[in-house]
Amino acid sequence: MSHIELPSYLSQSGDVKDRFDRMKKRPVTLQVKNLNKEFNSAQGKVTALKDISFETYKREFVCVIGPSGCGKSTLIRILAGLETPTSGQVLLDGNQVDGPSQERGMVFQGYTLFPWLTIKRNVMFGLEMAGHSRAGSEEQAYQWIDLVGLSKFADAYPHQLSGGMKQRVAIARALANQPRILLMDEPFGALDAQTRAKMQSYIHEIWKNIDVTILFITHDLDEAIYLADRILVLKAHPGEVNEVIEVPVPQPRSAEDLLSPEFLATKKRLEELIHPPEDDVAISEDHLNMVRMVRVDDDVESVF
Amino acid sequence: MKLSNLFAVGKKLDTNQRITVSVLSFVLPILIWSLLSYVPFIWHPKVEISHTGDVVYFKQGMLIDREIFDKEVETAIAASKEIPQGRPANPIYLPAPHEVVIALYTAFTAEPQRRNEKWLHESLWDSIQVIFLGFILSSLIGVPLGILAGTYDFFSKLFEPFIEFFRYLPAPAFGALAVAVLGIYDAPKIAIIFIGTFFQQVLVVSNTTRKLDPLLLEAAMTLGAKKLSLLFRVVIPGIITHLYKDLRLLLGWAWTYLIVAELIGTSSGITWFITQQARYKNFDNVFAAIIIIGIIGLTTDLILAALGKKMFIWEKDTAKA
Repeated sequence: MSHIELPSYLSQSGDVKDRFDRMKKRPVTLQVKNLNKEFNSAQGKVTALKDISFETYKREFVCVIGPSGCGKSTLIRILAGLETPTSGQVLLDGNQVDGPSQERGMVFQGYTLFPWLTIKRNVMFGLEMAGHSRAGSEEQAYQWIDLVGLSKFADAYPHQLSGGMKQRVAIARALANQPRILLMDEPFGALDAQTRAKMQSYIHEIWKNIDVTILFITHDLDEAIYLADRILVLKAHPGEVNEVIEVPVPQPRSAEDLLSPEFLATKKRLEELIHPPEDDVAISEDHLNMVRMVRVDDDVESVF
Repeated sequence: MKLSNLFAVGKKLDTNQRITVSVLSFVLPILIWSLLSYVPFIWHPKVEISHTGDVVYFKQGMLIDREIFDKEVETAIAASKEIPQGRPANPIYLPAPHEVVIALYTAFTAEPQRRNEKWLHESLWDSIQVIFLGFILSSLIGVPLGILAGTYDFFSKLFEPFIEFFRYLPAPAFGALAVAVLGIYDAPKIAIIFIGTFFQQVLVVSNTTRKLDPLLLEAAMTLGAKKLSLLFRVVIPGIITHLYKDLRLLLGWAWTYLIVAELIGTSSGITWFITQQARYKNFDNVFAAIIIIGIIGLTTDLILAALGKKMFIWEKDTAKA
């Protein structure tokens, strides 16, 4: 990458800048204020999250990225209400978050479909919990299943589906409740590269057409840049906000954008943030102690 | 097909091989039993007297230790008296397979020898009732308690410590107490089956409940499921297949308490039949009765397994159970 002269990741074209200006005028959906989370472990108190503050705007796509141990999973679990913060506040549309609720839908990395329910009944689950009638939820469920392109599998059981299909059902199931925000915890982490790429364009397609804000955790830099309006970069030990990056790649995006200068510039910045230069020193210090272990008379003298 | 393929670690045999080997698992013990019974030079520690000769205390058809017989033969030869004759035989407590098969057949067809005695199938029916009543009573209370203990830490801490203690107390130890409280007929027997099953059941069920993937519960909560709907719509359906397997296992457990239970108070059911037949040394009948218990147990389990496969169609691996 160093061979090509890249623009600054901060420079935005007129259209992009314009779009961000308009986005920031939208109402705030999720507001996180001075969030702290401490765990008691055998080694004493561990600070997982320290003074995290950010907000998301209506229908924004935010990715959260950071090195392992930066507490991204803890953050999303707090937002979902599955864990309670040590201090700080999470507000959704101005209301304090207290415990899990269907207005904050969640998609987990492990598909978490209910194996005893058909695809249709899985999608109906949240609707029935919300008190919809059986017939009403069934009708709505069909629409959501259709949206993720799985109508043929409505009566199949989860174990009959591939990983990508299961995750589409999980997305449909979360969306069926029409949540204000969709929390996604490395949802494509367990998928192969090809399925993953397909799922990324699926989720973009869904996001474009549905009134939902998405907060998406990933450890894949390309995925984050491809999907996000803004990227929340965390650093580890303790988990703190490092930078919030406004992705300068214009929307709507396609696979070609992966090679655009804006994309590469953003990726370079992310790499600097997530693998800072001092890490390279650490790696060279514990450089592998390599000895040539090939027989002298081996046919292949060198692999180059 | 290489022989070593039969012993590949962690690999499934193909269908034909599996059936063959499963059949072998029954054929092998029967083969050993037949060898012991029908091949005169294998074991056969007794001699059945066919001709008493001049030995005073020998009687026609009597079973006598081989050493004694041999000694008497030697003595007879030395004293040039008439030599006793006999053929190798097994002790009375090991009837040959065909004798047991005949006994099995006659047990169901022949009238009981005494008027107040029950037919075998009547005794069996008594036993089956005792087992199922004990097991169902235990399950009615044990399964809900187990699920509660597995779901809520409160109930786990409330029930399990005492149950952990109680399950070490052998059920038969409560026999005398059960008779004193519940009389001498079926009630104390059912109570013993209950005590033998219940405490294990609560612990097994609570353990199974705890093994439910916590992510499923969390997913349900983010979909709006709360308290009771979590319990009834997620926990119970989530564990039902494992619960069913547990109950099949525990039913087998209940059978093991049957004999002890039926000895309490007035002896009844299949146990009464067995002890009665053993008293008259009709060991072929005893074997027949024991085999029937095995057949009933195995058949029930096979039926339940087949039912489970029908009921839990979402389970892809019920077949393995």
